[in-house]
Amino acid sequence: MKKTISLLLVLVLVFAVMLTGCGAKATPAAAPTETPKAEAIKVGFIYVGSANDGGYSQAHDEGRKYLQEQLGDKVETIIRESVPESSEVEKVINDMIDQGAKVIFSTSFGFMDFTEKAAKAHPDVKFYHCSGFKSGENFNNYFGAMEQARYLAGIVAGLKTETNKLGYVAAFEIPEVVRGINAFTLGAQSVNKEITVQVNWTHTWYDPAKEKEAAKALLDAGCDVLAQHQDTTATQQAAEEKGVWAIGYDLDTRDSAPKAYLTAPLWHWGKYYAAEVQNIIDGNWKQVNYYGDLKDGLIELAPLTANAPEGAQAAVDKAKASIIDGSLNVFAGPIKDQTGAVKVAEGSAMTFEEMMSVNWFVQGVEGKIK
Amino acid sequence: MEALISFLAAAIVAGTPLLFATIGEIITERSGNLNLGVEGMMLMGAVMGFMVGMMTGNAALALLAAMIAGAFGALIFAFLTITLRANQVVSGLTLTIFGTGFSNFIGQPLVGQIAPEGIRLFFRPYTIPVLGNIPVIGPILFRQDAFVYLGYAASILLGIYLYKTSKGLNLRAVGENPGSADAVGINVNLYKYVHTLLGGALCGLGGAYLSLVYVPAWQEGVTAGRGWIAVALVIFATWNPYKALFGAFLFGGLDIIGFRMQGLGINVSQYFIDMLPYLVTIVVLVVVSMKKSKENAPPKGLGNAYFREER
Repeated sequence: MKKTISLLLVLVLVFAVMLTGCGAKATPAAAPTETPKAEAIKVGFIYVGSANDGGYSQAHDEGRKYLQEQLGDKVETIIRESVPESSEVEKVINDMIDQGAKVIFSTSFGFMDFTEKAAKAHPDVKFYHCSGFKSGENFNNYFGAMEQARYLAGIVAGLKTETNKLGYVAAFEIPEVVRGINAFTLGAQSVNKEITVQVNWTHTWYDPAKEKEAAKALLDAGCDVLAQHQDTTATQQAAEEKGVWAIGYDLDTRDSAPKAYLTAPLWHWGKYYAAEVQNIIDGNWKQVNYYGDLKDGLIELAPLTANAPEGAQAAVDKAKASIIDGSLNVFAGPIKDQTGAVKVAEGSAMTFEEMMSVNWFVQGVEGKIK
Repeated sequence: MEALISFLAAAIVAGTPLLFATIGEIITERSGNLNLGVEGMMLMGAVMGFMVGMMTGNAALALLAAMIAGAFGALIFAFLTITLRANQVVSGLTLTIFGTGFSNFIGQPLVGQIAPEGIRLFFRPYTIPVLGNIPVIGPILFRQDAFVYLGYAASILLGIYLYKTSKGLNLRAVGENPGSADAVGINVNLYKYVHTLLGGALCGLGGAYLSLVYVPAWQEGVTAGRGWIAVALVIFATWNPYKALFGAFLFGGLDIIGFRMQGLGINVSQYFIDMLPYLVTIVVLVVVSMKKSKENAPPKGLGNAYFREER
């Protein structure tokens, strides 16, 4: 008898915990600062991390805040954080549509297929998916030329290093990450021919302890400027403790590693969000996939800190101006791969498709893809 | 050589959160309680330690909070399994789910914040005089932070307690055969409660090492599965705190060796290396069960609730 009762109690507790667990996540941190008017358009944002993760999802949330600020009471935003890259996405989207959402921004690569399915089921709602390659009648994808900002960051790192060895803590062997490493390396080589870039793979976007270990291994190997394609500041912490330098990502995190931080390639999603939602309000929505760049202000290199070397600001400004006016293409030939074979001939440049599927490192990168 | 020393020193740091969780779970399992809530208790300790550290800037208070939080998690488990005699496996898994939700909820406003300067200074590496200057061993073992030294001390003290004191003998008796222990006048439930709570407090410290020293920042799910590695480590160490000391640093080394090998251009899949701790544990299990030595066997009463009436 007692056994049955205690088993029952445990089960009750399990369910209670599961419910509260879901409850905590399900609480939409809806942030309509003023009471929206009846005609306000409702926009849903879905994040893979928490809205203040200090990285990727927070960058999107800053964009959402900008949208809210710009359009004021014409728009009402709702968000859902820490959504797993599974069929849960569809549930979240349906829930948002039930709440009256007319626009959905789904911001992680792994949300793509579920977003596509939901888009087919809800033709009256406009869908946006970030960093993927699918689109449809009521479904746009959007992303940006982060390689341009990575190239600029490479210039800063190339001028700063004393050992001529740069380190790069990277998450997964996918084209987006490889493209960033190549651009960073080419940027560094544009100011310092001797540069090598050592890459350590973590196989996670988000595991601060692991990221820090990867960073420490690079530091012990003699790297004195670290860059990262990870979602936490652990790499910068490792550099700070060792007394060397680091370049962030996603957000300007100068306060979390004040002695190490040089700069960071940043996303500014806000302008795009505001422009697109305004188009929808005006009835001018079009099926256009978007790949923003430095010129649009979608991406940027954060202002250099006092840790940055002398002359770096001038070099960055010059390269930035050339990228914006089109005279400098980050992936213009001649580019050799790790074996020394010419991959991009002089006078030509990588096409958009080649960039999107790149699976080889440029010369000077130390590390393997798979 | 220098690369090897820096790798081994980093292995000690990577192994320290595992060490606390492992000796915590050893002391719990020695009392006959299989608490699978290690991951949950680590997260509870990590978030409470970090929060109190942020509020007070005091390292001692932060550690105390982490221990209380871990012990609180263990108290839930102890009440369910000792007083109510609920299934230990189910209760432990529940505790992991609860601890994860609890830490995400409490930690939400703290995400991405960095531990305060005072605490980071308190836990900076400190060279122990004389010992720290021994070649090779010194830089690996004795140029670490205070938390690591606490880990050495805790496992050695636990070993002495377990094998050299009468209370330790009583504890082992409770874990092996609670019926006989009860018959000779040992308060079985008291022993189970005290050591389950103590184990929880140690798991909490393991979590706090991650959030306060290792990272040092609060991020959701900061333990990233280390609690489960600790459960495997208990088996690897055959419920012996001294072996846990060695095992934790070995597993710490396995955790980070992939990054060092990438640097040397050795091409081994990271996924294979991630598998190694578990593979090693299986090998140990096989070897131990083939040898059938009593010393290396799990406590006999492990996983069973004790009913005096059914003795």
